[in-house]
Amino acid sequence: MAGDQELKLLGLWGSPFVMRARIALNLKGVGYEFLEEVLGTKSELLLKSNPVYKKIPVLIHNGKPICESMIIVQYIDEVWATAGPSILPSDPYDRAIARFWAVYIDDKLFPSLRKIVLANADDEETAEAADQVIAGLQLLEEAFEKFSKGKDFFGGESVGCIDIALGCYVGWIKAAEKMAGVKLLDKEKLPLLMGWAERFCSADAVKELMPEVDKLVELGKVLRARLNAAATK
Amino acid sequence: MATAEKGVVLLDAWVSPFGQRCRIALAEKAVEYEYSEQNLADKSPLLLKVNPIHKKIPVLIHDGKPVCESLIIVQYIDEVWTKNPLLPSDPYERAKARFWADFVDKKVYECGTKLWKLKGEAQQEAKKEMIEILKLLEGELGDKKYFGGEIFGFVDVALVPFTAWFYAYETCANFSVEAECPKLVAWSKGCMERESVAKSLHDPHKVYEFVCFLKKKFGME
Repeated sequence: MAGDQELKLLGLWGSPFVMRARIALNLKGVGYEFLEEVLGTKSELLLKSNPVYKKIPVLIHNGKPICESMIIVQYIDEVWATAGPSILPSDPYDRAIARFWAVYIDDKLFPSLRKIVLANADDEETAEAADQVIAGLQLLEEAFEKFSKGKDFFGGESVGCIDIALGCYVGWIKAAEKMAGVKLLDKEKLPLLMGWAERFCSADAVKELMPEVDKLVELGKVLRARLNAAATK
Repeated sequence: MATAEKGVVLLDAWVSPFGQRCRIALAEKAVEYEYSEQNLADKSPLLLKVNPIHKKIPVLIHDGKPVCESLIIVQYIDEVWTKNPLLPSDPYERAKARFWADFVDKKVYECGTKLWKLKGEAQQEAKKEMIEILKLLEGELGDKKYFGGEIFGFVDVALVPFTAWFYAYETCANFSVEAECPKLVAWSKGCMERESVAKSLHDPHKVYEFVCFLKKKFGME
């Protein structure tokens, strides 16, 4: 079926969005060619495959590009439906809830997390951004209790949609903590999420993809410097 | 008005293009539902209960269970009531449809708001941006009858409510959508021939009146 087909993933080391696609492909046991972009430049292939946003990840399946990380994850889930566990739940209501949280994570959690990573040491907005991340994680702690039903993941027995949507940020959350000296994943306040994060990071489909936090901190500093340089131009 | 344990309720606000997406989808599927107009200046306990995180409309309540976020609601409707599918069956086409619906979400509303909120240089920038956005959409439409091809689909539902805002955008920012994107305007006229769309969208002049009211309210006259 989907066996001998050409599958490429355009990405960047360190991108949480690229990680989502890679986790999904791992869950389905699908082989692919990973084409690493160079930070600061965009390849011809990227510009051709994603002319609207010019961003990674882009999955190219038999020459046809699919863009936007959660759209890629759903695509992988649908094309390789019989390989490996379902990433999205089968019940329409559960699917709607999974999609809701994926959108929430990207719309609310990510911008605040990004602010913390890119903020300069004296930035006043960091504390507010940290509060927003913690508030978001608190909501997810409650959601985890509801959805996991005592099992290991948001998706139940196996890594699912919300696990992938949130889990890709775990490395960056830890990096942000180091960079800004704030506590975001507090064991006291978020005991369930802490346990979940450990299990997620050691899951088969994830462990080889989890970046080292110190390397992310270095990357964060590079990104911050580039942003500052651009701002002063 | 109470939440029926069984049945479908849509919490909505008349002018909302996001709510209209849901109304169109429900009409396309011939689903019977109760429409509940919400006062966003004074949010009801029901709205705050079913959408505690965002406190926004639309919210679809199906057999007592709430679904939030318009495109998520439309996909839910498509998956529960399977006649007249809005999303294509091919995974690649589905991914494309989701991409363009998401594009509409990311770009059109925010840029449109800038068109009536801003003045001078900033408004001119927003106008350029809106024309670019509409041209990209028109490029994706091509010569097809609908974004979904022959079938009125997900992207059509996502975008068509905003066409009722074109007159307001044009009048505030002084440009013509038809002059810039004639195929898109032809597409919108084609959509208006569908009962689901004609019954859900409001007269563009009414929308413009609403925008003028907002401008006064925010002191932007």
